[in-house]
Amino acid sequence: MSSPPAVELTNIWKRFPGVIANAGAELRVQPGTVHAVLGENGAGKTTLMNVLAGVYRPDEGTVLLDGVEHVFGSPADALDAGVAMVHQEFRLIPTFTVAENVALGSAPPVLRRREIEEQVADLAKRFGLQTDPRREVWHLSMGERQRVEILKALWRDATILILDEPTAVLTPAEANELGRIVAAMAADGRSIIFISHKLDEVTRFCDEATVLRGGATVAASLPVSSLDAPTLAELMVGESTLVSQRRVRNNPADPDQPVLSVRHMTVHDIHGIATVDDVSLEIGSGEIVGIAGVAGNGQRPLADAIAGLATPTQGSVRLEGDELGGAGPNVRTDAGLSYVPEDRIGVGLAPRLSVTENAMMRTYRTMGAGPMVDFGDARRHCEQLIDEFNVKTGGLDAPIAGLSGGNLQRLLVGRELATSPKALVAAQPTRGLDVQGVAAIQEVLVAQAEAGLGILLISEDLEELLALSDRILVMREGRIVAEFDAETATRAMVGEAMAGSASKREPA
Amino acid sequence: MNEVTLVGLMLYLAALGELIAEKAGVLNLGVEGMMAVGGVAAFWSGTEFGNPLIGLLIAGIAGGLLALVHGLVAVVMGADQVVSGLALTILGLGMSAFLGQDYVSLPAVPQFGALPLGPLKDLRIVGPIVFNQSWLAWVAVGLGISTWFVLERTRVGLGLRAVGESAATADAAGQSVVVTRVAAVVAGGVLAGFGGAYLTLNLAKGWTEGVTAGRGWIAVALVIFGAWRPGRTAVGALLFGGLLALEPRLQTFGVEISPILISMLPYVITIGVLTAFSIQARHRPSAAPAAIGRAYRREER
Ligand SMILES: Nc1ncnc2c1ncn2[C@@H]1O[C@H](COP(=O)(O)OP(=O)(O)O)[C@@H](O)[C@H]1O
Ligand SMILES: [Mg+2]
Repeated sequence: MSSPPAVELTNIWKRFPGVIANAGAELRVQPGTVHAVLGENGAGKTTLMNVLAGVYRPDEGTVLLDGVEHVFGSPADALDAGVAMVHQEFRLIPTFTVAENVALGSAPPVLRRREIEEQVADLAKRFGLQTDPRREVWHLSMGERQRVEILKALWRDATILILDEPTAVLTPAEANELGRIVAAMAADGRSIIFISHKLDEVTRFCDEATVLRGGATVAASLPVSSLDAPTLAELMVGESTLVSQRRVRNNPADPDQPVLSVRHMTVHDIHGIATVDDVSLEIGSGEIVGIAGVAGNGQRPLADAIAGLATPTQGSVRLEGDELGGAGPNVRTDAGLSYVPEDRIGVGLAPRLSVTENAMMRTYRTMGAGPMVDFGDARRHCEQLIDEFNVKTGGLDAPIAGLSGGNLQRLLVGRELATSPKALVAAQPTRGLDVQGVAAIQEVLVAQAEAGLGILLISEDLEELLALSDRILVMREGRIVAEFDAETATRAMVGEAMAGSASKREPA
Repeated sequence: MNEVTLVGLMLYLAALGELIAEKAGVLNLGVEGMMAVGGVAAFWSGTEFGNPLIGLLIAGIAGGLLALVHGLVAVVMGADQVVSGLALTILGLGMSAFLGQDYVSLPAVPQFGALPLGPLKDLRIVGPIVFNQSWLAWVAVGLGISTWFVLERTRVGLGLRAVGESAATADAAGQSVVVTRVAAVVAGGVLAGFGGAYLTLNLAKGWTEGVTAGRGWIAVALVIFGAWRPGRTAVGALLFGGLLALEPRLQTFGVEISPILISMLPYVITIGVLTAFSIQARHRPSAAPAAIGRAYRREER
């Protein structure tokens, strides 16, 4: 046995209301190495790192640094033990200068600005980090802000540095620069945990990789040289819980009659990064078009922009040939476009409102006269929905918060279909549901397609996409990078396109 | 003219307290209540012990204790700051009315006396405005300067401002959010109590129910007017103090403006300033502490 690992997390459990974020996760990081933690969105990477950084207290499990057990009560404790974390959402104060941000928490009792600024400049120079200590952070680019975050860690002389999806907000050139800095820090004897889901960065910047799925470690400390795109996709996405048969539909799709067409859509996030990058797609009447991709590759902003919840910087959405332009969600609903958002609770349904109130959210404007809502009408509408979509509730006037995931989703999908739309955007419609719930929702989607509805199905479940779709488009880094005919496509083909390498768009 | 400075500095004490709390990210709408309690406490103890300094200290303690309620409810328990602050105002006004029953319209005995500045106070114009003020006025000025120094030039101030801008960031940097916020709120209460003492001992020279007459609210508005800066807030305090001091006298000067309109002016000006800020905020971070009004719980997103 040589020296103990710099970090050893054992059997970490962390539960949040309704979710298990970490389910016995393990992580072992050797000193002086760069260790990748991989996994799709929601796999529990950030939660595990927050446990290591003292932000969250684990429900169970132990944290060992250099073989010594630590119980952190706060981030301050973790900092004292040498653990610093660069959060995905930077923890910087925009109105403070770079020097103030760096010194925060460990400044001398009376600040001598000049002195601190010089010290920060020296430290930055030592690690080749370009920055102006006197500038206020809100002026800085994302890349510069990240350098400030790294400076903060170096200022505290952290020996373990966690970088949570550090390249998500960087340009490729900035990402390369980060790789160089990370290597310099590892050479300095520090251990770096590098979270990512981009294979090429992991193989270039890291020594070993640990993969998380569903809050648990599915592969620990693999040498990165052993990783390739299909293996990684398999590890990250995993086997589908439900082995779906390919569902045969009676009336085949009619791609010549596009109901929904998206042309050259680009969406920028608040940081000015293009999360959707020039996406064009068309959905025919009765067609199900699947969108595959590792979570966080632009699926969500794409869905939001089509549904009118986000404003694209460029591009158009047409429904049966009519331009929807800047129309808001209600105009879109009235025009015949429905949306089952990824966040069932919050975006899709309001948890404290009753079943009836949630059921009427799309249609209440036509219930009753003038400003008055006819609640009798609303109840009848709700009863009909519940009946048709087989929703089990604890009463029409009870808040929906008590419903199970499957019933919530049946209610939501039912509500969105009750307006007889022409096109439906369904984002992760079966995620987290039990077997019957999944089957019920899939059946509804197929039946609706048979009746002529055009469906954009965004899912992380490859089996589901292969079973339901006519065509599968693969999204990576905001772009559509591949297209497959779902009848002939295989898991391996789609998985490879999701993880990288295959970047040409095959003809369907 | 003497009164302009007097009213202004009384407002300033309370506003400075509110500024400290808001800089730490806690809105405290209980200033009116804390001033009232401070006022009655100063009046009682000042009369009882015949010493205004004791009155001031007791007023500070009373204001601080009341603020501690807000600290516990809104910071430690994370309840809504607006609701808790409004409750504090109602509680403070009620408590002061109850405690002050026996003191209504007794004449105040001790006052904060003037500093012996000799011939300076006989100077024309500046004499009464600047040099014929009580020692508490100089304390107020000193507190303003030290508040600025602590906020801008010390570790404590850096941490306090960080907590008010982004609690999660301060927490990640090892600064205790709860301790900082509760301390700031209590310090704010102490200063509001001082303001109340100034009001009953030197300005109203007595206690009646409702003697604060909305001055606590003006202090809250002043913080906004002053863009959360001690210096600008001082300027605003003198300006608003001037308006308040002038209000009952306008008629005697034969000016035909309703005093009601004048008493609205501080708020109208504040709304104007707020509008200007929000226009400015399109291009740069707003002057308001970014985390104001928001409770922080570490494990919550
Ligand atoms: N503070 C929190 N409160 C409630 N749920 C949370 C919180 N943090 C994470 N989660 C949930 O835990 C799961 C794992 O999230 P996270 O650790 O952020 O995953 P990752 O970083 O791998 O994308 C998700 O379902 C997420 O919604
Ligand atoms: Mg994450």
